[in-house]
Amino acid sequence: MPYDVAVIGGGPAGLSAAVNVRARNRTVLVVGNDYRESPLYRAEQVDNYLGLPGKSGAELLELCHRHAEEMGAAFRKGRVLNVMPAGDRFYLGIGSDVEEAGAVVLATGVSRGRKFPGEEALLGRGVSYCATCDGMLYRGRPVVVVGLAPDAPEEAAFLQSIGCRVTYVSGKEPQGLPPEIPFVRAVRLEVLGEEKVTGLLADGRELPCEGVFLLRHAIPPVDLLPGLALEGGYVAVDREMRTNIPGVFAAGDCTGLPLQMAKAVGEGLVAGQKAAEHLDAKERE
Amino acid sequence: MSVLHMNEAGFNEKIPAAPIAMVDFWATWCGPCRMLAPVIEELGEKYEGKALIGKVDVDEEQGLAARFGVMSIPTVIFFQNGKEIDRKVGVMPASAYTQVLDAHM
Repeated sequence: MPYDVAVIGGGPAGLSAAVNVRARNRTVLVVGNDYRESPLYRAEQVDNYLGLPGKSGAELLELCHRHAEEMGAAFRKGRVLNVMPAGDRFYLGIGSDVEEAGAVVLATGVSRGRKFPGEEALLGRGVSYCATCDGMLYRGRPVVVVGLAPDAPEEAAFLQSIGCRVTYVSGKEPQGLPPEIPFVRAVRLEVLGEEKVTGLLADGRELPCEGVFLLRHAIPPVDLLPGLALEGGYVAVDREMRTNIPGVFAAGDCTGLPLQMAKAVGEGLVAGQKAAEHLDAKERE
Repeated sequence: MSVLHMNEAGFNEKIPAAPIAMVDFWATWCGPCRMLAPVIEELGEKYEGKALIGKVDVDEEQGLAARFGVMSIPTVIFFQNGKEIDRKVGVMPASAYTQVLDAHM
């Protein structure tokens, strides 16, 4: 079912955008990780959110999430892999699924961590961001899953179940990894290979493999939407939270400093309202 | 038909003979490939008679996927007289593909 607006990211900016899209009586889908994975959720105390000092990040996020739910926002857990503009519509690839919307609000937060050496050069030549998309191409072959997001063990189990020979690499012991999948603890990683992936260097130890699945919390906006303009590493927006791509708005940490909840909520409000206005204008055309 | 669905034999016959060709490597179980499908169709019509726009199902044609090292789908590969000149991995807007085609027309 197509939605009026798709919001990518379920933190304060995304939830604020969703509430304000609903306030304009438009349908909205919020795609993102569980809100309990937001970095804000781990903040012990937030003292500068106006009117509600002293609450924990978890309390605030729960209030925000419930508010958006009560306003009738739809939610979907998952990692958006790409956004494709097609005429007046946008198609969002989420794992092996697709959702459709008339406008998009990017509220992905800041992705922590840089790309690994070899990652960009070998993308599509053994490096993949989506187990459900590319897993079938690796049946019977050795692959490494780099678990940088909480759902990574599930994806590793999926790859194992379709016949890949999986090794799991991450900085800390994963929760819920099937016992038959070997776990290697490592943080300094490099993807090896010339024309295609031949291995992963993990804290100096080479793990031979043909595929490396890098499963992060979120794909950076510029990789979601080729051609998206940045400024100082953040998504470039104007006062109405418009990006350089018509129909695409951005809000919250992904647009720049300060990385604070109040700023995210304010920008989300503007982005949500302007996304709804964008659709009104399109419909009048 | 404006988009040519090719098996290995069809590929071996058509691609080396085409001055410029663009081939979408895809599979039925791939969501992003379904997103790209209408774009490929549109380009098939737009470049009818000017460039060969084709598709290869990597599930059915694993040999072709292996020959070109296609390890993520969708992957779109551009050929000039059968020689690879460029490739785009993942879903891109139509302009990313037309740029390559137009530059080699």
